[in-house]
Amino acid sequence: MIVESVPRVWREKKYKYRLIGSRCKSCGSTFFPPKAACKKCGSRDLEEIELPKRGKIITYTVVRSPPRGFEYLVPYVIAIVELEDGTRVLTQITDVNPEEVKTGMQVEAVFRKLKEQSRSGIIEYGIKFRPIR
Amino acid sequence: MRNVYVIGVGMTPIREHWDKSLRNLLAEAIARSADDAGISLRDIESIYVGNMSSGYLQGQEHIGALVATQLGLIGVPACKIEAACASGGMAFHQAFLSVASGMYDCVVASGVEKMTDAITPDVTVALIMADDQEYVANYGATFVSLNALVYRYYMEKYNVKQEDIALFPVHCHRYAQNNPYAQYRRAVSLEDVLKSPLIADPIRLLESAPIGDGAASIVLCSENFIREKGLSPEVLVQVAASAAATDTLSIHEREDISTLTASIKASRKAYEMAKVEPNDIDVLEVHDAFSILGILHLEDLGFAEKGKGTVLVKEGELEVGGKIPTNLFGGLKARGHPVGATGIYQIAEVFLQLTGRAGKSQVDGATVGMAQNVGGVGSTVVVNILKRVR
Repeated sequence: MIVESVPRVWREKKYKYRLIGSRCKSCGSTFFPPKAACKKCGSRDLEEIELPKRGKIITYTVVRSPPRGFEYLVPYVIAIVELEDGTRVLTQITDVNPEEVKTGMQVEAVFRKLKEQSRSGIIEYGIKFRPIR
Repeated sequence: MRNVYVIGVGMTPIREHWDKSLRNLLAEAIARSADDAGISLRDIESIYVGNMSSGYLQGQEHIGALVATQLGLIGVPACKIEAACASGGMAFHQAFLSVASGMYDCVVASGVEKMTDAITPDVTVALIMADDQEYVANYGATFVSLNALVYRYYMEKYNVKQEDIALFPVHCHRYAQNNPYAQYRRAVSLEDVLKSPLIADPIRLLESAPIGDGAASIVLCSENFIREKGLSPEVLVQVAASAAATDTLSIHEREDISTLTASIKASRKAYEMAKVEPNDIDVLEVHDAFSILGILHLEDLGFAEKGKGTVLVKEGELEVGGKIPTNLFGGLKARGHPVGATGIYQIAEVFLQLTGRAGKSQVDGATVGMAQNVGGVGSTVVVNILKRVR
């Protein structure tokens, strides 16, 4: 985030701390992040749901040229995780040697620091995933 | 809708232009396009500027009025069009609509990006703004890393090797040698590509479009304008189609990560509008921001089956004389990728082919050319088709 913003972090807290997505009440499709309308059936009747905290890696990469603010983590793993209910999220894989990561690896959500908004800014937290050992 | 014609193009070389600012580059490109069309700057009724990151990289927005001021065109409507890396193609789309609608008779579709005012970590921040800041960038994802996710998924799904995908940049670099505007006018070998440093596994440095500065501009006009100005271009090029589509902003929300559905949708609309099929296309420019994207585009635009895109490269079908001559000016990889200008460079290159001005990379008798410009990882795709009608 370029513009340091306390309210932004505050209002996203629920979604980022507890992995809240949305489900279409008409066709059952699930989304993360939550949507205003369903891309499958067009319904605007969606409800917020807490998504499963376990899943498997669909594809992954190791970031070696980071954006500003993530230099200290390099090399780190970014992956798409398919949760147990089929919803997919983009996330960072933590507590792992990048060399050990494989497609299909089972992972679980953990609460971690995401980033710091500069030296004097607030610290952002959220969910990352780690291998289930 | 009225017929719309392209009558002139202007480009700056893509370089690290330490001595030129965003306004200098953009004004230079627009002035060159007016000269190429044989019109006065004062004939321009509206200016569209494709640009992604002037706000972040220069701290400058409102670049429509900025460039109008620079060119002395006070009073002319001008605005920035932003759709990430598809900003240029989208600016052309809007310019096309403005003439087709009957609103204007002569407009400019331009694009500019001035990237070397910043250092790489900041350019990396600027580029990931093409994706979701709150739910993707926040986890440390970079734009390269998102394409790397697609790359690995594609390799595993279709059992395709990196050695084959990495042939795409080798092809582009070979042709960039003939393009005086290209950022990297030198050949690279497959070995060079595969030995270059990893940026985000499996993507290597020489599989990624470079950072550079550039601007390009195209003059579009109506039949009225050509008649009233007494212009008599030897070859007349019409905009046969201009179509755009979107997909989910982030790739994890797609059913098939290795298919860019916006590319399918925009190209099918464009084929229908131009009344052509893929095998009618004589020259093609695709948005190869990364080697893997070049391959995906060949498939999603209808030139190869899914999983078979690399075969076209291996068998030389992208060459002059091949089935689908592609990226003959070097593509994003070697011509360069000044983000918001790229879509305009592509269309200008197609125009040069159709008017027989492509030099050593000329495809003889090229009549129909297509340019595909992509924003994000396929979140916006714009497809423009030009046709020589005289």
